[in-house]
Amino acid sequence: MKPVERYEAVIGLEVHAQLSTQTKLFCGCATQFGAKPNSNTCPVCLGLPGALPVLNRQAVEFAMRAAMATHCSFVTPKAAPHKSLFARKNYFYPDLPKGYQISQFDQPLAVNGSIAVQFDEATRKIGITRIHMEEDAGKLLHDSLGQDADKSLIDFNRSGVPLIEIVSEPELRTPEEAAAYCRKWRQLVRYLQICDGNLEQGSMRCDANVSVRPRGEKKLYTKTEIKNLNSFRHIQKALAYEIDRQITCYEQGEAVVQETRLWDADQEVTRPMRSKEEAHDYRYFAEPDLLDLQLTSEWIAAVKQVIPELPDDKLERFRQEYALSTYDALFLTQDQQCADYFEAAAAALSADKGEKERFKEIANWMMGDFTKALKDYAGSFATTKVTPKHLASLVELIATEAISGKIAKSVFAEMFQSGQTPEKIVTAKGLQQLSDEKQLRQIVEKVIDAHPKEVQQFQEGRDKLFGFFVGQVMRASQGQANPRLVNELLRAVLSK
Amino acid sequence: MDKARPSIKDLHARLSQGETKSVDLTQQSLDHAKNSDSLGTLFLSLREGRAMAAAEAADQRAKQGKRLGPLDGIPIAIKDNIVMKDEVATCGSQFLRDYVSPYDSHVVGKLKEAGAVIIGKTNLDEFAMGSSNEHSAYGVVRNPWDRDRVPGGSSGASAVCVAAGIAPLSLGSETGGSVRQPASFCGVVGVKPTYGRVSRYGLVAFASSLDQIGPFSWWVEDAALLLQVIAGRDERDSTSAAQAVDDYPQTIQKPIDGLRVGLVRDFTATDLDAAAEKNFSTAVEAIRGLGAKTVEVSLPHLKYAVGCYYVINSAEASANLARFDGVRYTSRSKDHGNLKDLFVNSRTQGFGVEVKRRIMLGTYVLSAGYYDAYYGKACKIRHLIREDFIKAFAKCDVILTPTSPCEAFPLGAKLENPLQMYLSDVFTASINLAGLPAVSVPSGFSEQGLPFGLQIIAPDFAEGRALGVAHHYQQSTDWKDMRP
Repeated sequence: MKPVERYEAVIGLEVHAQLSTQTKLFCGCATQFGAKPNSNTCPVCLGLPGALPVLNRQAVEFAMRAAMATHCSFVTPKAAPHKSLFARKNYFYPDLPKGYQISQFDQPLAVNGSIAVQFDEATRKIGITRIHMEEDAGKLLHDSLGQDADKSLIDFNRSGVPLIEIVSEPELRTPEEAAAYCRKWRQLVRYLQICDGNLEQGSMRCDANVSVRPRGEKKLYTKTEIKNLNSFRHIQKALAYEIDRQITCYEQGEAVVQETRLWDADQEVTRPMRSKEEAHDYRYFAEPDLLDLQLTSEWIAAVKQVIPELPDDKLERFRQEYALSTYDALFLTQDQQCADYFEAAAAALSADKGEKERFKEIANWMMGDFTKALKDYAGSFATTKVTPKHLASLVELIATEAISGKIAKSVFAEMFQSGQTPEKIVTAKGLQQLSDEKQLRQIVEKVIDAHPKEVQQFQEGRDKLFGFFVGQVMRASQGQANPRLVNELLRAVLSK
Repeated sequence: MDKARPSIKDLHARLSQGETKSVDLTQQSLDHAKNSDSLGTLFLSLREGRAMAAAEAADQRAKQGKRLGPLDGIPIAIKDNIVMKDEVATCGSQFLRDYVSPYDSHVVGKLKEAGAVIIGKTNLDEFAMGSSNEHSAYGVVRNPWDRDRVPGGSSGASAVCVAAGIAPLSLGSETGGSVRQPASFCGVVGVKPTYGRVSRYGLVAFASSLDQIGPFSWWVEDAALLLQVIAGRDERDSTSAAQAVDDYPQTIQKPIDGLRVGLVRDFTATDLDAAAEKNFSTAVEAIRGLGAKTVEVSLPHLKYAVGCYYVINSAEASANLARFDGVRYTSRSKDHGNLKDLFVNSRTQGFGVEVKRRIMLGTYVLSAGYYDAYYGKACKIRHLIREDFIKAFAKCDVILTPTSPCEAFPLGAKLENPLQMYLSDVFTASINLAGLPAVSVPSGFSEQGLPFGLQIIAPDFAEGRALGVAHHYQQSTDWKDMRP
């Protein structure tokens, strides 16, 4: 057994998701990304003397959606049912205008949930320890200041933007699984329309707690916390590096030190943060400027109403209702737009026999040429010129043999560019499939007549030449001949 | 009868009838303020030009018969921890020496709407931490009845403004008696409203769960008028109450005979100076004489109030004052090599001794390993104290105590002994812990001619009842027309 195989990793993640509310968590300032520095600020989010926070109801509802979608409970052990508390987390940093962050501590919004993560063909339930709400800090700008390079600037636009922190149980075992868990959350927050899930802009961020232990051991070994993971790739790479590092420590008889480490994306290593930066006693206490957050059953019921069908349920339904494979259903339910597009196209099909095959055809188009075209032109299922109805028509044209599959590819390309219906394109360009037996027989006979040498060879046993004849017929019909009929006719004629 | 001090009602009538002009009242106030050096540093900023402009506008309205209400054109002073747009708000601290607020506090907004003329910002103990007004970075304030004594604190200068007749009204703020105690020391009326009755929006926070803004006046009726203007729900303060506001000026006229007055069994004579005790007994007799009945009530957890109060106020203050870190605001130490030094040196140089003491205390009681023993326990005791009061109010309508265990003490007397200073909050701090309303009304003088105050405590949102008792009592006293 290689050393690596003698150990297993224990990984827990803290995912921070920026809630996509119009306004900040405790004031009416806009949350929009990319505004002029310090333009979206007011006395409250600047923490000016005398200003007071007022809780944004929509932010609470967004957080409730995340909790409800992951089967969390609103009953926290230390608090009264459906009650949670805001707390002050005290620390000094220039981007933190009040000298404390309003967060939740021992009485978070929701606890004890779970999320199903599909990974390596299997589905695993990962426990959610807690989901709590908090405000974001401002942003320090150190660089690109030329002669003022010794100065730092602060942009408070982000100060007070609502976040949820989602803490998982230490139940993830591999870097790949951890990345899959984060992808699952991104999918979920997008379905729930509570966060844009954009890691690059920082609207989703992730910290990882990781330790390793000899396989088979139950107790937890010393963990490290890795910060600054801002892409799925980095999450995976940083964890792989850190797991490897910890295993090497144990193999060399050294101890793993409990510490916070920073992922250096350039060097692709984790490094310890200076101990000063992490030696914090946050001195949490209940935020006296806010009332306890009491959720009522009516409120919970109302929020439940707006939770859409979630990806796991949708996946199962797609498998049943459209007789799709898990693979196809996973693709189609990857996000709401894609799933909606599929369902709209499926609904536009005429309800004949063979519907099931055509569902699969729609899926195939969406996974194949369509996705490729969207990628090439940076489009999406929500904005494409190809309406679901047009795609359904295209599939119908193939199914009724009005056009061949090969022709369909060029018809689709045209649809994608122009937004025309497939019927119009087919008519305008005369691309209808030639299925008239009489006409086809004439072409077939012409081809046979023109190639007596090949006919002789075929009849002497060179079966491979059949393809040659098909090719010649297709060419003679400018690709429009119905391949099925061409096959039948050729066989009949050649076997005479 | 020609009262020694005109009431707001009198001034209102004179202004309405054109007998007096707001510009004259305002000019008098400003002149008096500028010639009050013997009272120490009363004002941290005077709004000479702007106040006169506001007064002229009030006079215009009076001319056109469009006065906004009883406070229109009336000069008022406000404590410097209450922010006002485009005005400096130092909070008595070096840290905010040049800090100009970009917005109005809720109460300032209300005063502007009512047409009141804000003449300036009054001195206070730094960030409202203190019981003597000796902890201001800008100098002490002196008691008008004896200039070698303190006016009380932390709203000392606001109390002195009214006592000395500079302005008929002023606003202070309370965390543990900072309106009532200086009212008592200076012989004026001071009101601590129910927690949540007056919005804290724009009051620079000391201890958020205890802070309330409250009026000072010579006459109880005037405090009722002022409270009427500033009380009520404000969406910007989550802790402000939705409860409808009483008509205080009307409520206080209700006779008090038959009222059940609670006297606290648990205060012992050792809590009180002999003179203060005698004064209190006399005041209770007077209230009985007005038709009230006395009943004994028990507040068994009261003895923990001062300790509990200092743990909680320090804890909250340590967080509330964390924003003064040298990164923003006036005070930044020039002496810093790194970020930590910037924080530490700016705070070391920018804060005064009392503020630093509270921050240290508060940081300590919230620290890992100490939280449960101090802050956690104090929160529990606070709950018990409130329960005591709720039980007591099942037996009575108001509770009476002395406002302070002693009369105004000499300047410097307790500076070296902060614990002694803290203990003078014994009767007031428990009220803030319980969130209740209370009024301090002048109850006569000591042999040295120093005022005492009687504290009238009421259940939640019964400010009107406490003010009513104070009003009837004040009208019955001989000293209501005595001025320093």
